Amino acid sequence: MCMQIAICIKQVPDSWAEKKMAGGVLDRAGVDAVLNDLDEYAVEEALRIVEANSPTKEAGEGSGHTITLISMGPERASEAIRKALSMGADDAILVSDPSLAGSDALATSLVLAEVIKKGNYDLVLCGTESTDARMSVIPAMISQRLAWAQLTFAGKVAVDPTASTVEIERITEFGNQVMSAKFPVVLSVIEKINEPRYPSFKGIMAAKKKPITTMSLADTGIDAANVGASAAWSAVKDALPRPARGAGVKLTDEGNGGEKLVEFLVEKRLA
Amino acid sequence: MSSVLFLVDHTAGKISKASGELATYAKSIGESVAVIFADNADAIASQLNTFPVDKIITVSGEWDKYGAPAIAEGLSQLIAAKNPAAVLITSTATGKEIAARVSVITGSGIITDAVSVDKDLITTQSVFGGSTTVHSTVTKGVPVITVRANSIEATITTSSAPTESFAATISDAAKLAPISSATPVVKGGRPDLTEASIVVSGGRGTNGDFKPVEALADALGAAVGASRAATDAGWYPHSNQVGQTGKTVSPQLYVAAGISGAIQHRAGMQTSKTIVAINKDPEAPILEIADFAVVGDLFNVLPQATAQIIARKG
Repeated sequence: MCMQIAICIKQVPDSWAEKKMAGGVLDRAGVDAVLNDLDEYAVEEALRIVEANSPTKEAGEGSGHTITLISMGPERASEAIRKALSMGADDAILVSDPSLAGSDALATSLVLAEVIKKGNYDLVLCGTESTDARMSVIPAMISQRLAWAQLTFAGKVAVDPTASTVEIERITEFGNQVMSAKFPVVLSVIEKINEPRYPSFKGIMAAKKKPITTMSLADTGIDAANVGASAAWSAVKDALPRPARGAGVKLTDEGNGGEKLVEFLVEKRLA
Repeated sequence: MSSVLFLVDHTAGKISKASGELATYAKSIGESVAVIFADNADAIASQLNTFPVDKIITVSGEWDKYGAPAIAEGLSQLIAAKNPAAVLITSTATGKEIAARVSVITGSGIITDAVSVDKDLITTQSVFGGSTTVHSTVTKGVPVITVRANSIEATITTSSAPTESFAATISDAAKLAPISSATPVVKGGRPDLTEASIVVSGGRGTNGDFKPVEALADALGAAVGASRAATDAGWYPHSNQVGQTGKTVSPQLYVAAGISGAIQHRAGMQTSKTIVAINKDPEAPILEIADFAVVGDLFNVLPQATAQIIARKG
């Protein structure tokens, strides 16, 4: 059977960059933006699922399956989308609208869920969290809104397109769980599941021709009153840079570094 | 007085240390109401009597089989019945999923990874790798707040809270992904990384030999952490990774041995109360944020410190 796969991706500030707040939200203008690291694992896993079930052993045309990227963000989020397209996804939908600025997780999950509903997807993949907000709630919220099965924090994924089933090994701090569900499924993958590929030159060239459909908020059918900063369900009172740590004691080991260290711990009542 | 529900997390019939911390926050806000989703709820409830708990509500059902989606439905029904001032949940992978779903079901705002919640429900979060402190409030619905473990010292007291049971109905949509088998984490003798009050971590500088790191950890009663470089090299399990893509820890004492301190690692440990670093490279960024830094070889410094600590204990 032909699988239609969607991947939710996000453009985030480069995790190496210094991040600051501006007016209660992350100042996104002043920093380099990249594809969320953790979404690359979802893109890679989607490609592997298609390749394993493709007569050509490749994704793309001829595989019989489709991979669509879905993202919400400003127009420049198309840079992150191009990166994922160059890895091998087929096409993309970018929901971009000034009224979405400042949307919280509840509004974001609402938009993503409405876009997903307009398609006919069997699987929606996500990373476990974005490296900027780090809430780790979007996959669960989408699953709740769609009333789809939730298979999250997957460290191993087995998809059977004929039976329309997915089995995963969920890996969290509490241990491992094996769980399974029938399509449609919201699937999030952890970073140790695979090693994301680097886009090939051919992939980068091909990505330039792949279609990115832009949707406005009106296209999603969502009322502007439900999204954006003014609709946020929580409010930031203030955001302050953490005071710099005072310069501590720094010494060079001259044979008694370990003893000096213990003296410090004892003085601090830590040992 | 308004009530504050907190979700008791438990594995293999034992409550987590963080449950006592949630009880302490709940009591500082209002009536502290513990909610237990389990079939052996009585055995779990009895473990709460050393914490400030005013009431215990138990909910029985197939929670081990259906996980977060089912618990979220049950908790949402309880919220509708009790109309509490807030709901507190521990910031774990599953805890955050439950919170996310409860927030959608009940139409409530959500705040994750709070490191403090005050009596007026103003939360403190430490974001962007600890470089910024944010104070927030939920403005709609019943505030759903997930709280990081180890952010407060649990109040130890004697309580004998009355217990009541609550009947929840679980929809078919919450039963779409049953769990067929579960393997709990094999607990070593060391404390859990995110709950430990002391963490000793090793990085590239260990060259794969974590023995001195583990020996110091054991002498201090600490958990062992590792940098991404060390876990990617296969020197230590991924479950022990501290940093942006691993665990975030905030212990009383963090010891970084042979870790350079890239921004991604600092993101996972920067809010530790006291930081000690040992590194051969005098230019390593970790030394700049350490309260006490030794420029030296961890293979000399750590064993000496370990021996000294053991000797002091007699």
